[in-house]
Amino acid sequence: MMRRDDCFKALAALRGDAIVVPAYTAAFEWLRASPSPLNYFSIGAMGQASSHALGLALGLPHHKIVVLDGDGSLLMNMGALVTIANIAPRNLVHFVNDNGSYEANGNHPTPGKDRVSFAGFARAAGYPHVFEYDDLAAWQKELPRVLSLQGPVFGVLKLVPGEPLEMDYDFIHGPAVRQKFKDALKPILAKGRTSRPEPAVTQ
Amino acid sequence: MICGKTHLRGNTVELQGPRGAEIIAAFKKAGVGIVAALPDIWTSQGLLWPLSRDNDIRLLRVCKEDEGISICAGLSFCDQRAVMLMQYTGLLDSINNIRASAVDYKLPVCMVVGLLQKEPDKKPTESKRYGIRIVEPILDAMGVDRILIEGSEDVALLPPAIDKAYATSRPMAALIGREVRK
Repeated sequence: MMRRDDCFKALAALRGDAIVVPAYTAAFEWLRASPSPLNYFSIGAMGQASSHALGLALGLPHHKIVVLDGDGSLLMNMGALVTIANIAPRNLVHFVNDNGSYEANGNHPTPGKDRVSFAGFARAAGYPHVFEYDDLAAWQKELPRVLSLQGPVFGVLKLVPGEPLEMDYDFIHGPAVRQKFKDALKPILAKGRTSRPEPAVTQ
Repeated sequence: MICGKTHLRGNTVELQGPRGAEIIAAFKKAGVGIVAALPDIWTSQGLLWPLSRDNDIRLLRVCKEDEGISICAGLSFCDQRAVMLMQYTGLLDSINNIRASAVDYKLPVCMVVGLLQKEPDKKPTESKRYGIRIVEPILDAMGVDRILIEGSEDVALLPPAIDKAYATSRPMAALIGREVRK
């Protein structure tokens, strides 16, 4: 098992200007590891981080989008795996923090926590690249390659929580953080307007 | 008041729904480039199938309606106009995410919602179907702007409603009161 804060430090060192969409408790550890206006906390209801990230990935097709999903969250929006794999955004990296627990709601176990394979779900849904990590050294070693792959990429991070943190939900769901995100997006959007858009597809 | 052009068939008067082509044209007029959708038999033949063949609007098929709400929310940060097309049952299923991602966050999430089996001559709140009767009161309680599209003449309401949603950064719902025609 990895500690989540250690895991996030490794990712923070490599994020560059990627937009990161963290869910629930992980959001606070991510905020400490990598404070940036390009963190997108506005994931709305539980389970929706990956769907917000898909919208961002489609809207910014030339920009890397990384989602740090929760295991309980993903269980609540499993169809998103199929939707994402079907649309196949090349710029989306989808990690799930698997600690088998509804950490933000009293540490109750997630259903089937010792049997469920998120990697198996992702493979079955059609993600072309699926990884699973429970060792920090392996994660640190392989992360540059994982981030460089053409998405959608899926990675399961088997971990335990890091240092306890104060969780200020009013901050991460408040208007100020969204305005900072919008402001930080302006140069990215301006750059994107000069890039060739993704073609429309029919399905 | 019930709107919509009438069409005589035998001795009965048939109230006709809007055409899908009119709604697609309204999407384009409003600058909508992406439609996320779950099939609804009310809008399937007239709107969703034609949308799936449209070269200018990208169709995203989602597995559950609340995904589409989030996708539209994410796209709104990227200056891209989008619509979530669904049945009213999907709207009801997505209430918590609409509350959070659209209303709480004040984001321009636009929804087109088929009122499956609403009686053509009745207002939604007068429907004998409970699920339809509660839609408008729920949207009003949530503070979500709404329009009702019963027939072709109502489609003109759609582009300004979408423009307003983006101008004010607020969600809106366009309720489709009759089956969409080809």
